[in-house]
Amino acid sequence: MTPHLWNDLEGTFFPESALDYMPESRLREVQLQRLKAAIALSYEKVKLFRERMDAKGLKPADVRSLADVSKLPFMVKTDLRDTYPYGLFAVPMSEVVRLHASSGTTGKPIVVGYTAQDMEVWKQVIMRTLYAAGFSRGDIVQNMYGYGLFTGGLGLHGGLEGIGATVIPISGGNSERQIMVMKDFGVTAVCSTPSYFIHLIEVAQKMGLDFKRDLKVKRGVFGAEPWTDQMRQYIETASGVKAFDIYGLSEIIGPGVGTECECQSGLHIFEDHFLAEIVDPQTLEPVPDGTEGELVITTLSKQAMPVIRYRTRDITAFETRPCACGRTCRRIRRISRRSDDMFIIRGVNVFPSQIETALLKTEASLPHYQIILTRKGSLDQIEVRVEITGDMLRDNVGAMENLQKRFSHSIEQITGLHAAVTLAEPGTIPRSEGKAKRLLDQRNQTS
Amino acid sequence: MKIRQISVFLENRPGRLAVLCRTLADAGVNLSTLMLSETGEFGLLRIITPDTDQALQALARAGYAAAISEVVAIQVPDRPGGLASVLAALEPQKLSVEYMYAFARRAGEDAIMIFRFGDLDRAITALKGAGFGVCASVDLFKV
Repeated sequence: MTPHLWNDLEGTFFPESALDYMPESRLREVQLQRLKAAIALSYEKVKLFRERMDAKGLKPADVRSLADVSKLPFMVKTDLRDTYPYGLFAVPMSEVVRLHASSGTTGKPIVVGYTAQDMEVWKQVIMRTLYAAGFSRGDIVQNMYGYGLFTGGLGLHGGLEGIGATVIPISGGNSERQIMVMKDFGVTAVCSTPSYFIHLIEVAQKMGLDFKRDLKVKRGVFGAEPWTDQMRQYIETASGVKAFDIYGLSEIIGPGVGTECECQSGLHIFEDHFLAEIVDPQTLEPVPDGTEGELVITTLSKQAMPVIRYRTRDITAFETRPCACGRTCRRIRRISRRSDDMFIIRGVNVFPSQIETALLKTEASLPHYQIILTRKGSLDQIEVRVEITGDMLRDNVGAMENLQKRFSHSIEQITGLHAAVTLAEPGTIPRSEGKAKRLLDQRNQTS
Repeated sequence: MKIRQISVFLENRPGRLAVLCRTLADAGVNLSTLMLSETGEFGLLRIITPDTDQALQALARAGYAAAISEVVAIQVPDRPGGLASVLAALEPQKLSVEYMYAFARRAGEDAIMIFRFGDLDRAITALKGAGFGVCASVDLFKV
């Protein structure tokens, strides 16, 4: 065994993580072999895929190299809705041991299925995720992802049991009880969405607890929504919890598609199970490594519901340098925005993350904010509500108005848009127990 | 000689002040005096109370953005030109008043005005030099 197989700073060896360090040439061989099998399976069993291949005049045998994947048809979220519930399954239901579904606020949810082997793969990739984030046997882990149809809670649960950690399957919600459990059960690690954990830091403060002094939480994996380095800094400084970004989506497998390692510098994709491409969201052509685009994923080992070239809508880029941790599986940059989060106002494309950057340029720590779009006559209006904290408060009306102006100016510099900035009392912007709702588009409700 | 005052951020919406006063009342905080300055959108409320720490804690627990700031309490002679004489004492030093408000007092006693200056220390020196009474918090809250 070579030294780089040791995947954490304590020097413990985790056999499951060995695949993270596979020599690259071998990794590409494994990918190609599995890709061919996945395409053959999909072509044989999944009508939608077969029809699209036929429409392009393609046969499974036309895929001879990894680069050939770019010839294949894409899949999008509506394909999963249109084939609801089982239209994309490639195995008989007697082979399916688990179903999950998206929360689906509009119309039907999307349904995903797993065979027993899929469940084993899922557990393995979550274990590799957790080891990369420094979790291990002996950790007492509070899993605040939702349990139930959502893939987050049960997905992480399987891997947490796999590494032998003590799992507290608390699910989301009831923030004061979360803090009580965290304290009384001696929790050492957490799984949560970043926005919910930031909310919990505030709740702990209100309960008169000092996160660093009164709680033992040392590390956490955070995902299920785009977040920023500034949010990480806030979590790490305010709570002393080392925060790792994890990546996944239900359509592919759930959490476990990729993770940060101890270097916290981009997310390694578990490439032996997931083939990642980055394409230009407009032209759909692959972009050169290091260039931003939309992440497209093909599952290489999924049996129940193989997914070929799924457009994730997540905007990222490949890291071009090898990671200092020694893992050979490639990294993507942390995802801070989604192509469908983007809103267009007065002809300008804006991402909520740009507003966030603007606010952070003005104040050192990220305030809670919400973007509200309305329409006056035929003109779109953008309002940004920013919650005032004790640190931001000045005993001077002029200074507060000046802060308002600086926020507005900073937003204009970054987006080119004039936004009306409103200062709000703490706690007045709705907090979600799950994903943050940064954008309120009321343009079709007002006239 | 400086007096601790609490500044609180309030949105300019009906009922916000009433809710805040209720929060302080429930915490058993007695308000000595307060002043609200506001723009169209928001206001800053300044509160002076003998129970400053208790009040700040209650406000933080209720989720308000609140902070401590310092002001000066000055005895102003209860006669025509009383306030003018105080301000005249500050003029040679070019000391500007950011804002001022009255401290509640019983009739017949000297008025007490709360001042916020850009430079508190220099203002205190100037006023004492001119013979004005600068109150310590013990003077302010004695019955």
